[in-house]
Amino acid sequence: MEPIYLDNNATTRVFPEVVEEMLPFFSEQFGNASSIHAFGEEVGGALRKARKSLQALIGAEYDHEIIFTSGGTESNNAAIRSALSLNPERTELITSTVEHPAILSLADWLEKHEGVTVHRIPVDSQGRLDIDAYRAALGPKTALVSFMWANNETGTVFPVDGLAELAHDAGALFHTDAVQAVGKVPIDLKNTDIDMLSLSSHKLHGPKGLGALYLRKGVRFRPLQRGGHQERGRRGGTENAPAIIGLGKAAEMTMATMAEDTARITALRDRLEKGVVQRVGHCFVTGDPMDRLPNTSTIAFEYIEGEAILLLLNKKGIAASSGSACTSGSLEPSHVLRAMDIPFTAAHGAIRFSLSRETTEAEIDRVLDAVPGIIDQLRDMSPFWSTEGGKAEFNPEYA
Amino acid sequence: MWEYTDTVKDHFFNPRNSGPMQDANAVGEVGSLSCGDALKLMLKVNLETDIIEDAKFQTFGCGSAIASSSALTELVIGKTIDEARALTNQDIAEFLGGLPPEKMHCSVMGQEALTAAVAAWKGEELEEDDHEEGALICKCFAVDAGMMERAIRTNKLTTPEMVTFYTKAGGGCSACREPLEELLADVNAAMVAEGELSAQEAFVFGSAPAPAPKPKAQGFVIPDLPPPPPVDVVPEPIAIQPLKVKPAHAPKLPPAPVPIIEPSPKGLSPAQEAIAIARIIEEMRSVFKADGGDVILMDVEGTKVTVEMTGACAGCQIASLTLGGLRKRIREELGRDFIVVPTQTA
Repeated sequence: MEPIYLDNNATTRVFPEVVEEMLPFFSEQFGNASSIHAFGEEVGGALRKARKSLQALIGAEYDHEIIFTSGGTESNNAAIRSALSLNPERTELITSTVEHPAILSLADWLEKHEGVTVHRIPVDSQGRLDIDAYRAALGPKTALVSFMWANNETGTVFPVDGLAELAHDAGALFHTDAVQAVGKVPIDLKNTDIDMLSLSSHKLHGPKGLGALYLRKGVRFRPLQRGGHQERGRRGGTENAPAIIGLGKAAEMTMATMAEDTARITALRDRLEKGVVQRVGHCFVTGDPMDRLPNTSTIAFEYIEGEAILLLLNKKGIAASSGSACTSGSLEPSHVLRAMDIPFTAAHGAIRFSLSRETTEAEIDRVLDAVPGIIDQLRDMSPFWSTEGGKAEFNPEYA
Repeated sequence: MWEYTDTVKDHFFNPRNSGPMQDANAVGEVGSLSCGDALKLMLKVNLETDIIEDAKFQTFGCGSAIASSSALTELVIGKTIDEARALTNQDIAEFLGGLPPEKMHCSVMGQEALTAAVAAWKGEELEEDDHEEGALICKCFAVDAGMMERAIRTNKLTTPEMVTFYTKAGGGCSACREPLEELLADVNAAMVAEGELSAQEAFVFGSAPAPAPKPKAQGFVIPDLPPPPPVDVVPEPIAIQPLKVKPAHAPKLPPAPVPIIEPSPKGLSPAQEAIAIARIIEEMRSVFKADGGDVILMDVEGTKVTVEMTGACAGCQIASLTLGGLRKRIREELGRDFIVVPTQTA
């Protein structure tokens, strides 16, 4: 039985066409793009082409607005540190409570060790940003606002272009962690106020270990990593040519079919959600139903625990992930679900299914066949679940 | 993913003795939904011989919690109550061929449920059951001093981290870190005095570096907001607000790109587009009003739509719906993308 991969927000399969495009740059075309000779020249041309493809995918006005990095985390670190160090009279950072750790742990560090005041804007039960709290936090001390474009756990999309305008009205820079959004939703940066954007190659069927930072022309920048003149001196280090060329190909392929892929993936995602909710009961879909990534579905199952669900899914060849505490080694459920005030009855049992353009209808149907039995099996075992279906009386001594 | 032994996997995938028991005569329940795991242990004890003839469990929890519960029932069946009372979480972990350290609390949960069931059978009051102020050390996971002391003694724990792995205490907000260390030092000192532990191994209070405090989510209090305007019950006739001149903003940093006004793909003039947008907003107002707020169109400039939100709409619920949902509607009707921006509330 072929395994079913529904964990594409964690990482995606590198497209075979991307691998093919990359391979020559490990062997015969091994040159350093900075070299003057023919070996370097060939690579330089391929890198320029890849940069153009990525430029087109995110709608950047100029190709030199793209700085290749080692991944989303480096892009986030570079953007935030640059904005703060170039505006020493502005010492405040605004972000949200539901960001990826690549933002939150940096914000914690800056707050604790570098005198930065951090405002963490809360969200509502559907993961939508509290715009009033954001407006109240903006001020003459705000150096940078950093909000994710789309949430990795729930898929909820923040209205980043509107948020960016508000930031500019306060004279602050605006950065967005768009690692989950790039390749999944249309992005046209030249028509927005967004100053900086982070993206990661392996979330859109490109290779791992590569990302990019979009830096709007005219925005000042202080490099995180100094060295050679690569990336116009903004990120030293010999280019990871095979990976960049792979990302270029992935961007090209993603862009060519995005509209039809989005429609198909959305339909499959909706089929999955409707099917699960109909067949299982006592479960609900989290996130903003009005504005969500097409591929992401986090379903919270009441009265059971996520790791147990994942282990049983895995046994049936289905790969998904969970915001559950037990899978991460922490003891509390995901900070995103807690920020959304999802009740504990369900937060421990939240499962994320993330689809890709490779997901098929047959796969979704197999998941729909498997899920109800798994949920029943665990609920039959749960002391909070009565055999009549519904909440059981359970009054433990120690709780 | 965790490295579970084959025995753990076997007891998770094929749990022994799971499900309710109608004729149980000794029951022990521990845990809660908020803690993330809970166990109800049901025993059928022979009234004459005190032998546990049957045992069943119901568990809410991860793979190792279910496996530990299954192992527990296998361990107690056939034992007398007094023999069962002597079982520890170590016996459960050993039965399973070991558990990852972070998952040892699952075996402790099994032992706690057994202790509760045995006490119920004997008609004893659980000494820790009073839950007086102070008896509960970790409020996040409802761990009291008695349970922690048992876990420390049984497993010879000597670091605060291990206490967290075995009992979950301190794994949430870490506010109980100090009393946890104090208790660990006291119990270790007693164990040294009893010859259970060498003095070198014992934990000394204050010897562990303080953990980084967890950042608290910051909320904001907006002082003296005017009360939301009363919600009209009678639907208003469609009234298009006069377009306001865009107020001069503070100079932007960096300069925003000059907006290039592209012609409408549907061949509409800017005025026709503005009227269409006004109509869409009027249509959607009933939705906003149902939520106790209101949205008014202020301005259409190129592909930027400015709206004013009042009442509940000024809060986050409808605000992002306005920005996201409204934008989608406009895109669908006019065939191109507009940016929807709320004005600063006066």
